[in-house]
Parts: sequence; structure tokens; C-alpha cells
Amino acid sequence: MADQRIEPILAKSAASGASAIPAPIVVVAVPKLGRPKGLGHLLEREHILAGVLLAPTLVILTLFIAYPFVLGIWLAVSDKVVGRPGNFVGLHNFWVNLNDSIFLRAFQNTFVYTFIATILKLMLGMAAALLLNQHFRFKRIVRASMLLPWIVPTVLSTLAWQWMFDATFSVFNWMLMNAGIISRRILWLGDGTMAMGCLILVNVWRGMPFFAITLLAGLQTVNPDLHEAAEIDGANAWQRFWRVTLPLIKPIMLVVVLFSMIATFADFQLIYVLTRGGPYSSTHVFGTYAYEIAMRAAKLGQGASISLFLFPFLLMVIVFQLWYIRRGD
Amino acid sequence: MAVQYGSRLKRAVTFYIPLTCLLVGTLFPFYWMVITSIRPDVELYNVKMNPFFTLHPTFKHFLDLFELTMFPRWAWNTLFIATVSTGISLFCGLLAGYALARLQFRWAPSVGTVIFITYLVPPTLLFIPLGDVVKTFGIGDTPWAVILTYPTFLIPFCTWLLMGYFKTIPREIEDCARIDGASRFQAMVRISFPLAIPGILSAGIFAFTLSWNEFLYALVFLSSPQQKTIPIGVFTELVRGDVFYWGPLMAGALLGSIPVALVYSMFVEHYVTALTGAVKG
Repeated sequence: MADQRIEPILAKSAASGASAIPAPIVVVAVPKLGRPKGLGHLLEREHILAGVLLAPTLVILTLFIAYPFVLGIWLAVSDKVVGRPGNFVGLHNFWVNLNDSIFLRAFQNTFVYTFIATILKLMLGMAAALLLNQHFRFKRIVRASMLLPWIVPTVLSTLAWQWMFDATFSVFNWMLMNAGIISRRILWLGDGTMAMGCLILVNVWRGMPFFAITLLAGLQTVNPDLHEAAEIDGANAWQRFWRVTLPLIKPIMLVVVLFSMIATFADFQLIYVLTRGGPYSSTHVFGTYAYEIAMRAAKLGQGASISLFLFPFLLMVIVFQLWYIRRGD
Repeated sequence: MAVQYGSRLKRAVTFYIPLTCLLVGTLFPFYWMVITSIRPDVELYNVKMNPFFTLHPTFKHFLDLFELTMFPRWAWNTLFIATVSTGISLFCGLLAGYALARLQFRWAPSVGTVIFITYLVPPTLLFIPLGDVVKTFGIGDTPWAVILTYPTFLIPFCTWLLMGYFKTIPREIEDCARIDGASRFQAMVRISFPLAIPGILSAGIFAFTLSWNEFLYALVFLSSPQQKTIPIGVFTELVRGDVFYWGPLMAGALLGSIPVALVYSMFVEHYVTALTGAVKG
């Protein structure tokens, strides 16, 4: 079909090439690129070409996301342990989870960690974005270095934080003691509440740059004329931020918050490195507890049922996002 | 004069002081990595000494790192894994992104939605069954275990970003090539792909840093010391029970951060484009 459509056009341009001056370029191009034959002929059809182009992606996503997802659901309803095939046990694993005090603590921790960290990241990120949106010297280098916590491997920077929170050699204790603020060392990771506070601090430190840079991109799309108009109308800086800037960057803000919530909700590495869920299993979240049960206690089925608890929340966010994107169309 | 002084003071309070606090807070842990890695042990483990600087800088921790561990091997593994999985993801993402942005076919919206959903699936949800899958394929504890699984989060990202990029390239350019006799496939490969190079670069930088930094899959799928990546190796081999070798640990953390920070600093603008493009879609 496509061939037939092209033919007359070519003929026409070749024919007009006989009389017009710039046409020889066209005539030379035709034999060089050649006509599609065989396989090439099939690729002229858009839906076949689309299938070929999408095939590698769909194969990888099916093998390593769809299939494991189904397998994960099967594991969650089985008593599979490492080295032995599992049997179907229905919802037993979920029942065990809901009667496990460490799991319930992890459940609560996951939500506390996600919500507090996300709110703090949003507030600090917004403040940083507003600062970076001004004109000053070395702006580019400041912006680039601000992203560093986000760039370097989280495990490695978290190890640095762990050293800073060290029970004996904490630099924070050294500063506070030398400033005369405290007389006894603070055990930063010594109890559940304090350790959770430290985890949130490190998460905010790591994730804030992502908020700052994406919100900055949002701020840069705000037309300065609007601010000028509001200023003439007597709005002060605070009002201009609330009434002009914020409504305009709300869409990007929402998306950033949702992305960050998913990542924080499903966080593993930061917590696993800093506290390993301790002290006394008081700082586990879904991710770390699932790892603990599946990899260290070798109970794959039980572990899979724990990580499956991430799914309802994830689904909610996905549905909301899709709804929000469609609404925008 | 008084007015000028007042406005400068205001500028300092509302701008320079907060900015400085922010920068110090952001960069302090990196300073701490550097200073720890060059302070000798006698100073590190002495609470009486000022921990902020040293008069006896030493490279002993770096030498220890190379002696105690297979750090160069891990660095090679990390580089190899990050490069190959980025390459695979770019290849798949480029083709898929093009198809979704340019081609008319019935399933386009559903395929786009599916890829967007997989983009949001966190590794924490799948690592347990995926461990089984990797074993079934006989690639457990080999670089391929992660090279083939990292694309699960890299491809959706690359596809998403490049789809957005292709939409900004005018369709007319391709149409011209078609009129000149290029096939559908040729127009794609010779006209659209070269125009997408900035987008490919952005997606590539971002994907590279993501796979360099990945932790969970590498922790679960790679177990023998010679197969580990830097983040896993430093974390598992330099912490023995309750004993932390802080000097070599920080030396390893520093050396593991530098390559990715260097790549990033060379392509800051591309990275930022990818980061902001990723959320805008």
C-alpha cells in the first residue's frame, strides 16, 4: 500500500526535476536508499513496525516484571522456604503477619517514615528551589553540587552518616559537647524513636535535592510578569508565593510528591544500611522486614507476603497518577 | 548609605545565610568521607582530638582497602554492569519510545500505560520472586543477574523520556525523507534517531547513575566477593559483625562515589533534563 502511494510522488518529483534546477538531489537519493523489499516491505506497515520495535521491551518486562509478580503472589500464599518446594497455604502468611508485633511496627514505621520524610522534603525542597531561582554568582555550580546527595550511591553516603551517628565517635556529639550543650553522649541510633528520626533526617538529606531541582524547573516556567502584576496590585512576597507561584507549579509538585512517596514507601537500602531494622527490630519497614524474613530466615513465602503489602498503596498512587494524567489531556 | 546597608543585610538574612546553611548541610557528609579517609586510626578513634582536620594525612586506608578487599574488581564489575545494562535499556527504550511517539497502532495507549505502570514498580516489591527467576535462568551470582534485571526499571524510564523527546521533533522532517524515497525504517534510523541524540544522552546518563547506585538486586543476586559491585562490596566486606573498618569504609565510599559524580558533573545539564523530564512525562 505504502509503496503505491510513494510511487507517483517520486515520479512527479523526478519529472519536475527534469525542468527545475534543484531537483537532481531528489533523483540521486532514490536509487541510493532503494525500495523496501521482503522484510522491509512488512516494516512499512506501522503496526508491524511497532510490534518489532516494542518486542525487546515487552520481552524483558514480561520475563522480569510480569512473571515475577505472578510468582510473588504464588509465593505469598505458599509456605515456600529456601531449598524446598512450597505448598499452598491460603492466606496463612498474611494472618501470621498481622499477628506479628514486629510486622505491625514495620507497618506503622513505613507510613511514619514516608509521610514525615515526604513533607519535610517538600518544604525544604521548595525553600531550596526558591533560593536557587534567584540570580547570584556561581549559581550553576551551587545547583550542581546541591544534587550530589542524590547522585552518589545511597549506600555509600549512608555509611558516612552511620559513622557520623557512631555511638562513641559521633561528630555531632563532639560538636554539642564542645559547645557545652550536652554533657553526656547522645546515642543517635540507640532507641527506636531516635533512630527513626535519624533515618528520616538522612532520607530528607538524600531526597531533598530531587524536590529542589524539579521544583526549580517548575518555578522557571512561571512568567515573571504575573509576579509584577500581583506586586502592583499590592500583594506581598508571601501572598505572591501562595496565590501566584504555588497554583502554577501545583501539577509538577503533585507528580514529584507522588514519585517520592512511592520511592520512600518502598525504601530499603537507607534503612538496611543505617540501622538494619534495629535496635530490637524497632525501625523495620516493609522492605527491610521482607528481606529479613525471606533472605536471612529463608522463609520466601512469608517474605513475599510482606512485600506484597506494598502493593495496595502502590496501586492507589498509580491509579491516581493515571487519572491525573488523563484529566490533563 | 543606610538604605544600602539595610538592603544588604536583608539580602544576607533572606538569601545568603539560608543558602550557605543549605550547602553546608548538603555537602558536609562528603567532607566527612574525605577527612575520615585520610586521618590515621590513632586520630579517628580518639574522642579528644578535633575531628574536623588532620595534621598527619595518610593514604593507609586506601592501601588497606585494596589489600583487604577486591575493590578494583568491584569497580570493574560496577562499570561493566552499569554500561551494559544502560546500553540494553537505551536500545529498548529508544525503539519503544519511537514506536509510542510516532507510530499509529491500535494498542499504543495500552502499551504506553503498561510501561508507565512498570516505571512505578519498586524493586522492593519483586526482589524475592525475582531471585527465584534469576536462579531458574541459571544466571544467579553472575553479572547477568543484574544486567538483565536493571532494565526493568531503566527501560520504562528511557522509553518515557525518549517518547517525550520524539514528540518534540517535528514529524515533517521524517515526511521529507519519506518523500525522497526513504523507507519507514530508514527514516527512523537515519533521520529521527540522530536528532534524538541529546535525549539519548540524557536518558543514558540517568540510567548509568541509577545502575551504578543500585543496591537491593545486587545484594540479593550477587553473593560471591568477586561478583560484587562497589556499593555491595563496601557494605558487606568491610563490616564484619559489629566491627566497622571506618577508614577503609570511607575510602571505599569516596572512591565509589567519585566516578559517578564525575560522569554527572560532565553532563549536569543532560542529567537535570532527564530528572525533570522524568516527572513531567
